[in-house]
Amino acid sequence: MKKILLGLMLLGTLIGSQFVAAAADLEVNTPAITAIKNSMQARHTQLGPFYSSGAIGLTKDGLITVKDANAVPLAQRGALTGLVKDENADRSKLYKEIAVANGHPEWQAEIQSTFAGRWIDKAQSGWWVQDAGGWTQK
Amino acid sequence: MKNWMLGLAFVCVIPACVTINIYFPAAAAEKAADKIIDEVWQLKNGAEKHTDKQQEPAAPSAQ
Repeated sequence: MKKILLGLMLLGTLIGSQFVAAAADLEVNTPAITAIKNSMQARHTQLGPFYSSGAIGLTKDGLITVKDANAVPLAQRGALTGLVKDENADRSKLYKEIAVANGHPEWQAEIQSTFAGRWIDKAQSGWWVQDAGGWTQK
Repeated sequence: MKNWMLGLAFVCVIPACVTINIYFPAAAAEKAADKIIDEVWQLKNGAEKHTDKQQEPAAPSAQ
């Protein structure tokens, strides 16, 4: 009887340690996440100059927005709006996919807010970022 | 007796699994975010530090 109990405890410990190992890293290598990442990486070459000119900025909720349309020639504004829309769609999908890939769809909002802070931290100098107090230039 | 012990074992094991999983792993999320942002913005090679400023023409030659 004691052996059964001991066996169960051991099994429980093993299962428990697996959960700990799983919690140490978030799963971000699913095909869906990789596809979104590649799409964002390709788009970034187009978005880069707009960050630098202040036309777009990083919002406090982990997305981007057109901040100063006047910094963009009229002919390019439509294209920029499309880029921003596509980027935000990808970002929202990314946050959702990470939450789902880790078995916790309810983590989406927290993942999004974690990303928001990291995007802003890693933004290049000269880029516009939004915090609780408003817009600042890095 | 056997049922009682089984029950005790489950009572000990199940909350251990659940409590570990209900909290949002903030540190792991930051690590994952950093990894993805580095890839999307291609920050790994450090090339992004270079800013493409317009090159000023060299000092005019004496003429």
